[in-house]
Amino acid sequence: MKAAAPPSPTHGSPRAVVGSQVSFEEEMFGAAFDGRVVRRFWSFVTPHRRRLWIGVAAVLVFTLTQIAIPLVLRHAIDGALAVGGAGIEVLHWIVIAFFAVAALNYASNFTQELIVGRISGSLLFDLRRAMYAHLQHVSLSFMDKTEVGRLMSRLQGDVNALQEFLETSIFAIGDFVLLIGIITVLLFLDVRLGLLTLSVVPVLIVVRIVWLPPARRAFMRAREASSVVNGALAENVHGVRTIQEMGREAVNLDLFDDKAKDNLHAHLRASKFSSVMIPIVDTLTGIAMAIVIVVGGAMVLGQELGLGVMVAFLFYVQRFFDPIRSLTIQYSIMQRAMAAGQRIFEVLDVPVEVRDAPDAAPLPREARAIELDDVTFGYGPGRPVLRNVTLRVEPGETVALVGPTGSGKTSVTALVHRFYDVWNGAVRIGGHDVRNVRQSDLGAHVAMVLQEPFLFTGTVGDNIRYNKADATRGQVEAAARAVGAHDFIERLPEGYDTMLDQRGANLSLGQRQLLSFARALVADAPILVLDEATANVDSYTERRIQRALARLLEGRTAIVIAHRLATIREADRILVLRDGQLVEQGTHEDLIGLGGLYARLYRLNHASFDDFSAEDAVAAES
Amino acid sequence: MSAPAPSTTPDRTLALVPESVRTRRTAVAFDAGVLLRITRMAFAHPWRMALGLGCTLLAAVAQLVIPQLIGDAVDFAQGLLASAGDDAAARDALAHAAALILVTSIFRGLFTMMQNYQGEAVGQLIAYRLRLALYAKIQKLSFSYHDRVHTGDLMTRGILDIEGTKLWVSTGVQRSLLLSVLVGGGAWLMMSIDVLLGCLALSFVPFVALGASLARLRLRTLWYALQEELAVLTRVMEENLGGIRVVRAFVSQAFEMARFDVISRRALTIAHHRIDVFVKSTTTMTFAFFVSMGLVLWTGGEKVLADALTIGEFASFLAFMAILQMPVRQIAWTVNSVARTSTCGGRLFEVLDLEPEIRNRPDARDLDIREGVVRFENVSFRYRKEGKGPPVLRDVSFEVRPGRVTGIVGPPGSGKSTIAHLIPRYYDVDAGRVTIDGQDVRDVTLGSLRRRVSVVQQDPFLFTAAIDNNVNYGDPWAERSAVRRATEAAQLHKYVEHLPEGYETLVGERGVSLSGGQRQRLAIARSVLPASSVIVFDDSTAAVDAATERRIHEALADVTRDRAMIVIAHRLSSVMYADEILFLEEGRIVERGAHDVLVALGGHYAALYALQTRSNDGAEVEDGAGDEAPAG
Ligand SMILES: Nc1ncnc2c1ncn2[C@@H]1O[C@H](COP(=O)(O)OP(=O)(O)O)[C@@H](O)[C@H]1O
Ligand SMILES: Nc1ncnc2c1ncn2[C@@H]1O[C@H](COP(=O)(O)OP(=O)(O)O)[C@@H](O)[C@H]1O
Ligand SMILES: [Mg+2]
Repeated sequence: MKAAAPPSPTHGSPRAVVGSQVSFEEEMFGAAFDGRVVRRFWSFVTPHRRRLWIGVAAVLVFTLTQIAIPLVLRHAIDGALAVGGAGIEVLHWIVIAFFAVAALNYASNFTQELIVGRISGSLLFDLRRAMYAHLQHVSLSFMDKTEVGRLMSRLQGDVNALQEFLETSIFAIGDFVLLIGIITVLLFLDVRLGLLTLSVVPVLIVVRIVWLPPARRAFMRAREASSVVNGALAENVHGVRTIQEMGREAVNLDLFDDKAKDNLHAHLRASKFSSVMIPIVDTLTGIAMAIVIVVGGAMVLGQELGLGVMVAFLFYVQRFFDPIRSLTIQYSIMQRAMAAGQRIFEVLDVPVEVRDAPDAAPLPREARAIELDDVTFGYGPGRPVLRNVTLRVEPGETVALVGPTGSGKTSVTALVHRFYDVWNGAVRIGGHDVRNVRQSDLGAHVAMVLQEPFLFTGTVGDNIRYNKADATRGQVEAAARAVGAHDFIERLPEGYDTMLDQRGANLSLGQRQLLSFARALVADAPILVLDEATANVDSYTERRIQRALARLLEGRTAIVIAHRLATIREADRILVLRDGQLVEQGTHEDLIGLGGLYARLYRLNHASFDDFSAEDAVAAES
Repeated sequence: MSAPAPSTTPDRTLALVPESVRTRRTAVAFDAGVLLRITRMAFAHPWRMALGLGCTLLAAVAQLVIPQLIGDAVDFAQGLLASAGDDAAARDALAHAAALILVTSIFRGLFTMMQNYQGEAVGQLIAYRLRLALYAKIQKLSFSYHDRVHTGDLMTRGILDIEGTKLWVSTGVQRSLLLSVLVGGGAWLMMSIDVLLGCLALSFVPFVALGASLARLRLRTLWYALQEELAVLTRVMEENLGGIRVVRAFVSQAFEMARFDVISRRALTIAHHRIDVFVKSTTTMTFAFFVSMGLVLWTGGEKVLADALTIGEFASFLAFMAILQMPVRQIAWTVNSVARTSTCGGRLFEVLDLEPEIRNRPDARDLDIREGVVRFENVSFRYRKEGKGPPVLRDVSFEVRPGRVTGIVGPPGSGKSTIAHLIPRYYDVDAGRVTIDGQDVRDVTLGSLRRRVSVVQQDPFLFTAAIDNNVNYGDPWAERSAVRRATEAAQLHKYVEHLPEGYETLVGERGVSLSGGQRQRLAIARSVLPASSVIVFDDSTAAVDAATERRIHEALADVTRDRAMIVIAHRLSSVMYADEILFLEEGRIVERGAHDVLVALGGHYAALYALQTRSNDGAEVEDGAGDEAPAG
């Protein structure tokens, strides 16, 4: 290693990065309309169908009132006020009509906004719930290879995009009707002037068509830059302890600054694109108004046009471009929503591989024997992790599973609980194939202590109890006592009611392991699986746990994966796995007598039977 | 989608539902203060702000002029209609009015564009600064802060709150100005034409102002409550997905869904409520506007008929109101943005204003290593200062000299990791002191201290990046050969070499694609790479087999020759060669000495040793050892 010198920023740029280097799925530049996505999405809308139609009706009424108001004004001028108007009588009627339209406008506005807001809000929650519920059941192999952050971005960002889509689509209907309505009214009022005024529309459409592709790219770049920046921020939050430990603050801040600057520039560019449309639209509005005044004025002069019509034209022209603008924005939103929808439905389409058979039978409580019958299994195709494993654990027996890291010990336990289905052979509990029993029964039957202790935000007591909601305080305490956790829990500020920090950060790792152990005991299942449950606990504590367990395990079947000899020797029988195959089994004495792998490993490392790497195993054999 | 399990009573389901709403409500910053502070930040870009606001003013003026021009044009036409007079002059007048309208419209567009762009630019610049400040602050806040605060909470602040905070400068300020000028200028113009009609045309403004203010308060609280619920929801989902194996192992999907539904429903209720308030206020405002317009129509029409008003003036009143319609609708929107900005800004500044508990003293100097002797002198410590119960460490004293090894053993929770945390000053001691070469760790700069102290954590965090980037994390300028040597020492090089992409292989989220033992070895490589003087192994070989571990220690022997080393382990073979072994129990050192001494002592350590070796000595040790061991 090199001489003691602080890392000096002088020689070149660091080989360093911030933020996840696994790139998030790029936003797809796909079709703006994907029939499949829309159909699937529609199935989420159907429960709200009736209210939705009311909403759409309200949007239409609202739009009509918007079209009507300049018409009312026109009548006020032409019918009552202008030269040759009918005077005060008509004016009063018109004012009454105006108030009626305004009231209608109010009612429909209220209804449309409320309904659309509420439905799209509910839809957001429905979609998220459906996805979340599905994730509870999809195969673990999918979960194994998918980052939590990625799923979260689907549960949040993508769902939001679809919500926005629904909201804007309904209003887009209104915009569309408004556009058609205004055109119709203009042409109806005066064809010639109408056509002249409308001549600016193709100009705007052409401008939008030219503008849209680069603008959309700029908007997309901005969104990408945002997600990069947020990813880097997330890394900073999650890895903050390591960052401080390794003194990476300055380097990371520099790197982050680059990304933040990039984000800034991407957003500024996007903002240029959206701002530049404003003067264009205003200029076109100005041109349209000028046309109305010059041509319309001349027509008024020639008595071909009422003054009120000209005023109405001036009003319509000012409202004219809004719908065109929102409709083009709608196009981008739709494109984004389709991509989001594809990702959401991709998750919803992940097959649930492990599911209850239609005729799944209940698992009787006295089913205790565990049997693997010629089991072959792997996580990825063509790469079996367990090969033709046949083993049997008798009811009430405690069996130790030993072998080097990666030999397949955890995989055996995963199969007993049917986290995955076997490729070949069968796993049976009390003679019942696990594929033929209900998963909920299996869960109640097999309690597991997983290799990595995972705790939830909540109190200590709630974590031990977990989903066994009816467990009494006594049961919780008994479990905690059995694993030797009671004493330290009592010393916590509020005992069993102490809130744990995120993932139990306010406990030591060994303590977390004990809680996760206690959680399995509370479940009170006839079969217990311990996967390196005491790896971070000292031998003495481990010994105490064993003593307590000896009583608790009375009559229960147990599979214990462990390193330490003391633990292993306690078992009734020892099974030795290597490279996914069962190579030896028997009692400690049997195996020592056999002089096989176990005996050699045992001699090599008398203090603990640890995860031997494969080379050690080879070394031990030769 | 599963129905809630029948066995889960509602109150129990709630048990694991975090309730942040009640606990963190207090964190609302005072409105005006926050807005003022953000506005001040905006004026750090004076010319952009000036340009933006100037253009806002000009756009508003142009906006005000247009209705007048429309009115004039209508009057011309009306006049022509009435007099049927001079054709050419009339056409000229109309063309003139049309040209003016066109030019004004173009200017209005240009000014609005500038206003829009500059507003957004200032907003983005502020967002950029806030983002950087938050990032830097998160890096600096002490471990104790991060222990307490959930990561999801910080992420919300970094994403939603920054977005919300910039809203006020990017659009709020400009819109408020635009609206005041439009209303003020319009009022003046209209009043100068006709006072009564002007009053009527503006009669909706006070209603809107009142309604908006009331709505603003409601929306603000609702927004805040919604954010809190969504943060809780995010946390629950994240934990569920992260702990999916636990969920599957306990078949608790129904329980988890019930938990999700409780929060989700709570959030949805608030979201709906927010929509209600929002819709009610916006639609009422629009209605008030139309009522005003109706009154103008009525009274104005009568005046026109009575010849007290020209029809053009009447049209310009209506045109003016039409122009005002958009900004008036936006009042509600602006109100919402003000509410959002003040809550988001409040939450953000709350973090930015925190002083890290652990920070350099004003007179701190760099750590000056002469030998590298670590000393604990009567150290007492607890994590929660307000907590009752005994301290986590009590009166701990020991010394590690360079080139020597101190082993620490003890039951879970006895304070072993805590000792490791105090040397690089992740936390400050409550009593006593920790020194390196006689310098109290609190008196030296954190940077220099942490550069000289490496801790290999029990549960290492790996970054989603290449293996190379992970190993050189502490010294990104390190040569590749140095990375390789460190990896070799950690007995990981052979594995890495055989990967298709070698050192460029990405390690997945939290290093999932590596086994537990490999992750620990990567963490060891990462920690031995920088040239530290003190190195602490915190149970960092629990998932590494003993033979490999021995090779690691042999490989590290020449690296650690002149470093002080502390080894925390449960496997006694890892510590038995230490120069001194401390046996920790409930935060106290209950036994100390070399392995042979402790074994001869026949106390806790000897009992532990017997437990781990009894198979060697035969069955007779087996039970005796367990019984002799004093109850922990
Ligand atoms: N979720 C998984 N996805 C893909 N491969 C896995 C997964 N879990 C384990 N493996 C692989 O399967 C093999 C056996 O692993 P495991 O059963 O965990 O072994 P052990 O428990 O004996 O250490 C290893 O090669 C490991 O890399
Ligand atoms: N971040 C923390 N906040 C509050 N309490 C903590 C924190 N970390 C550890 N503790 C408590 O301090 C005690 C000692 O923990 P630790 O030093 O991690 O034990 P170990 O000896 O197992 O390494 C334990 O009781 C633990 O609950
Ligand atoms: Mg395993």
